[in-house]
Amino acid sequence: MSGMEAYISDVVKSIAPSGIRRFFDLVSQTEGVISLGVGEPDFVTPWHIREACFYSLEKGYTMYTSNLGLLELREEIAWYQKRTIGVEYEPEDQILVTVGVSEAIDIALRALLQPGDEVLVPEPCYVSYAPGATLAYGKAVPVETFDQDQYRLRPDSLAAKISPRSKVLILAYPNNPTGGIMYREDLEALTDIIIQNDLIVISDEIYSELTYDGQHVSIASLPGMKDRTIVMNGFSKAFAMTGWRIGYACGHPDIIAAMTKIHQYTIMCAPIMAQKAAIEALRHGEAQMRKMVEDYNYRRKLIVNSLRQIGLECFEPRGAFYCFPSIEKTGLSSEEFCARLLTEEQVAVVPGNAFGYTGEGYIRCCYAASVSNIEKAVERMGSLIQRLKNQ
Amino acid sequence: MDLQKRILELIEHDARLSAKTLAIMLEEDEDKIQKLINNMEQDKTILGYNTVINWDNIGYDGVTAMIDVKVTPEREVGFNSIAERIYRFPEVRCVYLMSGTYDLSVIVEGDNMKDVARFVSYKLSTLENVQSTVTHFVLKRYKQDHFIFEEAEVDKRLVVSL
Repeated sequence: MSGMEAYISDVVKSIAPSGIRRFFDLVSQTEGVISLGVGEPDFVTPWHIREACFYSLEKGYTMYTSNLGLLELREEIAWYQKRTIGVEYEPEDQILVTVGVSEAIDIALRALLQPGDEVLVPEPCYVSYAPGATLAYGKAVPVETFDQDQYRLRPDSLAAKISPRSKVLILAYPNNPTGGIMYREDLEALTDIIIQNDLIVISDEIYSELTYDGQHVSIASLPGMKDRTIVMNGFSKAFAMTGWRIGYACGHPDIIAAMTKIHQYTIMCAPIMAQKAAIEALRHGEAQMRKMVEDYNYRRKLIVNSLRQIGLECFEPRGAFYCFPSIEKTGLSSEEFCARLLTEEQVAVVPGNAFGYTGEGYIRCCYAASVSNIEKAVERMGSLIQRLKNQ
Repeated sequence: MDLQKRILELIEHDARLSAKTLAIMLEEDEDKIQKLINNMEQDKTILGYNTVINWDNIGYDGVTAMIDVKVTPEREVGFNSIAERIYRFPEVRCVYLMSGTYDLSVIVEGDNMKDVARFVSYKLSTLENVQSTVTHFVLKRYKQDHFIFEEAEVDKRLVVSL
C-alpha cells in the first residue's frame, strides 16, 4: 500500500518534525567537519562504571527489576538528592527509575494532563517538552526568556502566560541551549505565582552538576514546593552516560504512582545493566565527575572569550556545556548562518531557532570538544564573520 | 587549588597549551602565567617537555628493556651514587629506586636487542656495586603516559544532536 498517511493519528501529524532535520542531513554529507553541534559530553563513560556493568553481566544480572527500579539504586538516588539539593525522598514510593529523563518527562505529562491542559515552557529550551505536551493531548505555551536576563525565567513573563487551563510549568535549568541557570532568588520569585495558580512543576535538572557559579538550587527545596515539584535527573550529562538511557523522577507518592502505572505497561523497567552502572556512578563516580566538570569549566571560559574576540556577543553561560552567542549582527538568520558556516568553513553548530522561536538570531555552540577543536572552530567562524562584514 | 598546581595539571596532559590559552581558561593574567611557567622551568619543577610517540607507525623497531638491578648501597650516600652512575648513560631512559625484591628499576632503550644486551653486560653488570640484573624486554606497548596506542581516539558521537 502506498500513501499510508491517512492512517497516522492526528495528534502525531500535528507535531512538526524536528526543525533542523535538513541541517542534520547537510552536516552528515559534509566532510572534515569540526562539530560544536553535539548535545553530549566528549568523555566516554568512566571506566569503573563500564566495568561495573560488565561485572553485573558476568554475575548474571540480566533480568527485569521492580517497575520502580532496583531498590539499591533508589536508595542511592535518595541519598544523592538529599546531599545535593537538600530534599528527602522515600526510596519506596517517591523515586521512579526511568529510561532517561526523556521518558520521565513523557510519562509525567501523560500522568498529569487532561486534554487541553496547558504546559508552560520557558524558551529557548530543549526540544522535547512541547511535543511531549502535544502527545499527552495538552498544549504547550511558550514563555519567553531573554539574553539580557541571562535567560532566567522572569515572574512577570510567567504570569503573563497563565490561563485557567495552565497546569504544568517546566523548568529546565541549567538550560540547554543557553547555559542559563536559575539562582535561589530567581526561583523564590516564582513560587508565589506557582502556588497561587496551583501549578505542578516539572524540574528537569539533568545538567545540575554542570553548574559553574555556586551550587545548583532545585525549586523542590523551597518552602511549599516539594509536593508540587517532580524533580528529574539522570546520569547522561554528569557521568557521561548518554547512551545508557538512565534517569529518574522524584516526587509526591501519588504522582510517582500514576507515572509508574504508565511506565509499567510501556517500559516495564529501565535496563538492569544501566541500573547497575548507575549505582556505581553514584557510589564511586564523584571524583571523576568533578574532574570532568572542572574540565568543562576551563573550556567554557575559553570558548566565551574566543567568541567575543571574533566579535560575537555572548552572555556568559553558568551551566551545562553550551554557549549561545548572538549572530544577529551578521544580518543572517540562524539557519542561514549555520548553513554557510558548515559549507564555507566546515564547522557545525546548531541554529538557535531549533529551540523555539525566541532562539532566532542565536546559535548553540557546545564546548564539550577538545581545546584545539574549539580554537579552530571559532577561528573559522571568525573568517566567515569577517567575510560577511566585507560584503 | 593553587594556580601552579592547576597549570601543571593542564600542561601535564597537553604541553602545547599556550600561556594565552591557559590564561583564558584559568581566568588569570597571561604575563602572570608565563612568569610562573618560566619560574617552574628554572627551578626544575618543570623538567622539560617531550612527545609520546608510536614509533611502530614509521617502521622503527627500537627496543625497550626494563632491568631489575640489585645493588649494594654505599655508606653515607645509600643508593644515590650508584643510581647516578647508571642514569648518566644516555641509553637509560628512567631509573627508579624500588621497594621489594630488587633495588633499582632501569629502563633502557636501544636500536636493537644487541645494543641493550651489550649495555647490560658491559656497562651495567660490571659496575662494582651491582650484584645482579634481570632484563625484561618490552614486547608491546598498550598505554603510555595516559595515551592508548592502538585505539585511535575517534569521536563516536553523532555530529549533531540536541
